[in-house]
Amino acid sequence: MYQTDMYEGLLAETITMTGTNGDSINAYFARPLGPGPYPAVVLAHHMPGWDQWYRETTLKFAHQGYITISPNLYFRSGHGTPEDVAAKVRADGGIPDDQAVGDLAGAMKYVRELPYSNGKVGIFGTCSGGRHSYLAACRAPGFDAIVDCWGGRVVMPPDQLNPKNPVSPLDYTKDLPCPILGIFGNEDGNPTPEQVNQHEAELKKHGKVYEFHRYDGAGHGFFYHDRSAYRQAQAVDGWQKTFAFLEKYLIPSR
Amino acid sequence: MCTMIVEKVKVDGSGKGTSGWFKLEQANVSYDHPFNAPLEHALNIDFVNESQGVGARVAVELSEQAARELVKTILAVLDQADAGGHLARRA
Repeated sequence: MYQTDMYEGLLAETITMTGTNGDSINAYFARPLGPGPYPAVVLAHHMPGWDQWYRETTLKFAHQGYITISPNLYFRSGHGTPEDVAAKVRADGGIPDDQAVGDLAGAMKYVRELPYSNGKVGIFGTCSGGRHSYLAACRAPGFDAIVDCWGGRVVMPPDQLNPKNPVSPLDYTKDLPCPILGIFGNEDGNPTPEQVNQHEAELKKHGKVYEFHRYDGAGHGFFYHDRSAYRQAQAVDGWQKTFAFLEKYLIPSR
Repeated sequence: MCTMIVEKVKVDGSGKGTSGWFKLEQANVSYDHPFNAPLEHALNIDFVNESQGVGARVAVELSEQAARELVKTILAVLDQADAGGHLARRA
């Protein structure tokens, strides 16, 4: 726990990393200053893009002691303001699941190979980033923990599948190799409470280690302090559960 | 990207973006998360010209009710214009 006479310092910068198909993409990266070793977290940004909230959240995780990387999953859609880029992606029906998984796996590889890494890497995502995190954790071997915050379309009926999203993420549940923390609002329309129950049942069926927390009075995106969806009490509790979970699984010595 | 409901339509006209007027090529209409409107989902219309980059965009984010009223209003105005013989002049 922080004490007022402790030294704190962060390094944060935009970097270039290798993603799907060996493509170079950019990412926002932050780490505590010091020799480490530190655990790491990959952040999968949400549908509104690689935006201010995700850059701030990169700093938040680093401030908590994690090497943190937030890859620009929309890199291939061009450059402009995060909203303009995300609007193009929205118009194009999102990005291919395979591409997102490859970029997130590349981010995992990048942080794990750093000399001050402790070798443990988690993944965190909200909204579409929660869904992409789940897909990456199931399909890209090597993640040690996942935090899925209100990931929509994890449960996908067959009529929603398409070439970019060919498989319902739920169908990969048997392959999930690590513990999962799920954070959801009971007033969310996507995922609905029923879909969250379905997801939990699938995890239980396959004997996975999971914690699901459902919040009354909260809908979609209740961590977003810059949006009307923000719910202070639920968000504070959700963040506490997030960091307790990551500490449990990414810092073995504690 | 949570509903993935989107349709694209070619449009003729001009839009005024952050860098001034530009020629419109397309409207992207979605019902998905807005960037600014205080709604979980909104009827979003992006008037764009992709050949000029992602910044060539005029955006509106409407509630469902507002979007339906807008559609009715556009059609009503076009009907008035047609009744007045204004549309025929275009041909």
